[in-house]
Amino acid sequence: MQAEATAAAPARVATGARLRAFAGRWEALLLGLIVLTAIIGQGISSEFLTTDSFTTGSLDFSEVALMALPLALVIIAAEIDLSVASVLALSSAIAASLWNHGLPVELIIPLCLVAGALCGAFNGVLVTRFGLPSLAVTIGTLALFRGLAFVVIGDESVTDFPGVWTDRAFGNFAGTFVPDTIVLFAVLAVAFGVLLHATPFGRSVYAIGANEEAAYFAGLRVKRIKLILFVLSGTIAALAGIVISLRNSTAAANVGRASSSPRSPRCCSAASRSSAGAAR
Amino acid sequence: MTAATTAVEGERARRLVERVFRIRELGIVVALALLIAVTGILEPRFLETASLRNLALNASIFAILAVGQTLVIITRNVDLSVGSVVGLTAFLTGDLLSKHPGMALPLVFLLAILMGAACGLLNGFLTTWGQVPALVVTLGTLYAFRGLAFLWTNGRQVNAEALPNDFLNIGTGTILGVPYLVVIALVVVVVVGQWLRDFRAGRELYAIGSNPEGARLAGVRSDRRVLTAFVLAGALAGLGGALFTARFATVDATAGTGYELTVIAAAVVGGVAIFGGTGSVYGAALGALLLGTITSSLIVLRVEAFWQQAAIGALLLIAIAFDRFLGLRVEAALRRRSARRAG
Repeated sequence: MQAEATAAAPARVATGARLRAFAGRWEALLLGLIVLTAIIGQGISSEFLTTDSFTTGSLDFSEVALMALPLALVIIAAEIDLSVASVLALSSAIAASLWNHGLPVELIIPLCLVAGALCGAFNGVLVTRFGLPSLAVTIGTLALFRGLAFVVIGDESVTDFPGVWTDRAFGNFAGTFVPDTIVLFAVLAVAFGVLLHATPFGRSVYAIGANEEAAYFAGLRVKRIKLILFVLSGTIAALAGIVISLRNSTAAANVGRASSSPRSPRCCSAASRSSAGAAR
Repeated sequence: MTAATTAVEGERARRLVERVFRIRELGIVVALALLIAVTGILEPRFLETASLRNLALNASIFAILAVGQTLVIITRNVDLSVGSVVGLTAFLTGDLLSKHPGMALPLVFLLAILMGAACGLLNGFLTTWGQVPALVVTLGTLYAFRGLAFLWTNGRQVNAEALPNDFLNIGTGTILGVPYLVVIALVVVVVVGQWLRDFRAGRELYAIGSNPEGARLAGVRSDRRVLTAFVLAGALAGLGGALFTARFATVDATAGTGYELTVIAAAVVGGVAIFGGTGSVYGAALGALLLGTITSSLIVLRVEAFWQQAAIGALLLIAIAFDRFLGLRVEAALRRRSARRAG
């Protein structure tokens, strides 16, 4: 029995320490704010904590949530990508244009993803090979990609995507109240979490962010890793562009613009929050 | 003797060339000159006095805002709330003057500047004392100040007929052919530029930005200096807001929306490093002028509307790349020369 007590004590201490460590983290604060919002929201309206309100509420930020994932990695590596909302628009415009040319959605999606990857690669090459600051580069491509979206489709919009695809983007997962887009986000969040925390690639992203020169002298291929991060950011932004087009059944060059300037910072803050907590 | 004089003169000329080359803002000046020259060749009316005056006029408010932004960026912080502060102070100015048309103009400007400074104080206070990253703080106040403007205006709009002519004259009038706005912007740029260059407080901003820990160990009171930078940036945004109303004469809650990106772009294009410690307000002001000129030249050259934004982005990238390229070339040339001299 005495042995049991001594064995249990350190375990309790460890749990306590871990709890205290968690309480001091940024994620704990965010969790607290979410709970607080839920309590206040429920106090104002009894409709707040319902499955319906979760469904509609979470649908609305699914694109932002998607784009924040790769952006977290970009920011951890001490770079920034302000062009994501414009890549989203370009992806939507390309989807609209290809649909007008009679391509099936099954083909449009991979083509848009490739376009997004190319946008990301363009940012990445300018940053890594030309040595330009990513903030300046992506302010430039923020205008460039949005402009190209208008060049591609003008002020037209496409609203006749097949119902089977718009249902997929708008619907809920397997009869639950969780939207498909949030399931997509959850899957990608786990994938990015594993990539960041459990692979050599992810650890080298931290190393680059902490001290780029030291990372370089430790033999990390800094430029190539950063390039990959920008390509990831562009690809996921293009995916978000497809999601928002199908979800709203509207593809046009001005999607994601109503809040275009706040939106990318919003992504940034979401991403930097996750980085602030995850930095270890 | 003649040979000796020539040698001395040659040496002096070389030093002058070297000094000119060492100016960080040179790349942006060359890019600007090229842009104006090319546009001027394609459309000669672009080079007329009225057109050039308009270029300077359009850039002046952005130049003032970019000066404030530069102060903050040099300390390795950022102020994203600048557009919202412009909106808030622009409406303050319009509201005051439409309700009390007889109010003394200096007092109105002072109130706008004070309100901007108060916004900056909040930003600076949360950043230094609250130890929250400036990016997050000013992103929050971007929404908070804008929300305040919407609450306050309640859908109202102030129009030109409600504003006194003396005030509107500040936005449109000229002195000896130079618009008042340009004169104000030049004064701001030169005063802040010299303060940054020659005064202890100004130099300490650079020290904080290039090595925060080092600056602290050297006895710099970082928090106080960073707070000063935010307050000055807010005050300049307040001045910009008042001038916004004078120039455009129509103000509602959306005034200045999205300005933050243009202002940061102007500073960064002008060679202000986003990681702090380098850059000058002269560069930032030139950056604002370059961005304005890009937009104007596209309109003058009748570039199709759909292409305009793409072209702005492309030209911005070219300007940054060109500035970098020129910087590298000059640096290499100077290094070769000093190596030769040493050898």
